[in-house]
Amino acid sequence: MKDKHDKHLNATPPAKPGLIARLAKERPTKPGEIYGVPGSGDTMMLSLATIAVLLFIWWLITTMGWIKPLFVPSPQSIVAKFISVWQEGFTGSPLWLHILISAGRVFGAFLLACVIGIPLGLAMGMSPLIRGIFDPPIEFYRPIPPLAYLPLMIIWFGIGEASKVLLIFLSVFAPVALGARSGVRSAAIEQIHAAYSFGATRWQVLRHVILPAAMPEILTAMRIGIGFGWTTLVAAEMVAATRGIGYMVLSASQFLQTAVVIMGIIVIAGIAYLFDLLMRLVERKVVPWKGKM
Amino acid sequence: MSLNIENATVIYPGTDGRPPTEALQRINLTMDDGDFVVTIGASGCGKSTLLNLIAGFLAPTEGRILLDGTAVEGPGADRSVVFQKHALLPWLNVRDNIEFGLMLQGHAKAERNKVADHFIALLGLSGFENSPVYALSGGMQQRVGIARALTCDPKLLLMDEPLGALDALTREKAQELILHLWHDTGKSVFFITHSVEEALFMGTRLVVMSPRPGRITHQFDLPFSRQFLEGISARTVKASPDFIQIREEVLAIIFADEEAV
Repeated sequence: MKDKHDKHLNATPPAKPGLIARLAKERPTKPGEIYGVPGSGDTMMLSLATIAVLLFIWWLITTMGWIKPLFVPSPQSIVAKFISVWQEGFTGSPLWLHILISAGRVFGAFLLACVIGIPLGLAMGMSPLIRGIFDPPIEFYRPIPPLAYLPLMIIWFGIGEASKVLLIFLSVFAPVALGARSGVRSAAIEQIHAAYSFGATRWQVLRHVILPAAMPEILTAMRIGIGFGWTTLVAAEMVAATRGIGYMVLSASQFLQTAVVIMGIIVIAGIAYLFDLLMRLVERKVVPWKGKM
Repeated sequence: MSLNIENATVIYPGTDGRPPTEALQRINLTMDDGDFVVTIGASGCGKSTLLNLIAGFLAPTEGRILLDGTAVEGPGADRSVVFQKHALLPWLNVRDNIEFGLMLQGHAKAERNKVADHFIALLGLSGFENSPVYALSGGMQQRVGIARALTCDPKLLLMDEPLGALDALTREKAQELILHLWHDTGKSVFFITHSVEEALFMGTRLVVMSPRPGRITHQFDLPFSRQFLEGISARTVKASPDFIQIREEVLAIIFADEEAV
């Protein structure tokens, strides 16, 4: 028995499985892991490595002069451009003002879409009458690209702030309203029946059961909605804008200032990403029970 | 409390060209104060339909349901329901879940707290008042559900397979807890289960139902829960010759129904 034990201790550890075997997961799990969970594993290091490699390739091809700066400026020149636009501004307005104005348009439209879209979506989920009325127009315009109805916005609402905010509003409104509408179905029928058997009114069931149960889906819909908002920003600022990140990108492209174009894109991506992080934080605070019951 | 179900028939309309189904056929059932009626039967026998009728979630196609002489016309606070699962509200902690019914009825916070404290202690949930319900075990979640149902002092407690999702050991403990609660509060209970042993141990009366169409085929008066409450241990009661004999009899009835499918 002792021999066997010693032999086991002295045995060389089995060779690490190859990359292919690890990708295919054809091996038992270690203690603490669950066998067969699809896509399990941490991707943080791999993601950071991917970013580093992409930046390196970018730096390499621009520094070696394989691609002209007109087409792809170097990463250093983007940083330099960011600093110079931050200090000197673009077309007479400082960068922070461009950012502030764009953010104002997107978040203004987003807030408006939430204030109108969430109650309407809930009402559509609760009432076949309201669903019957509002379903056709929303489903009609939802798949149309905002650029297609942009001319109509201009004809109807002019070239001022109204048509810009309205365009972004429309792109946020549909996903938020539809998310709230399907969120109504999240409450289990047992939860609803329990409330009714305590003598709850229809309004109380909505307020205390259906609305809280729908919160995870509403928050997800808000995240998706604000994404659509940023997507539509550049289209909205095509309309006679003189300030805004989207305007900056469009205007720079006409003067072939590729560095400003790329810098503007990165600024938009950065703000959108930060807001998404904030929304995820809100999600953890507001619906810590999501997916747990 | 008196419950009278008179000739209750439920016919679900046929969909997609299929003929209508008779879920319940001329059910007659009477419950008196303090009765513990357990319903059992093969799947599809309509026991949940019967509970939904009493709860007021479903209206009978024919016949009527009288609670203290008044026809049931919808859910109400005089009948509380304990569900098998999914009925707690995960965004509320244990205390707020237990106070949920009182909150809906507009009772003041201080009063709610007092009632909840009583049932938290009674169901052994002390120390967990502020826990989120999703962090509790299945057995404790069910105790929260039972506490919530009792807070509004219902005339009749409707339990729809409340212990069906629990493991065997927790389940036996929960059976004893419910019997003690029933004895101490004097509530009338209508209880659905799939387990013959549970049905015989818990009820003062057993109602056996058969499917297609759903109807009551047998009723038994049972002495076992009273034996337990008089101090005989649960396992001794469940192992007694009387208990085993009636258990096999009821099982034979249900198996015959299952095979007739």
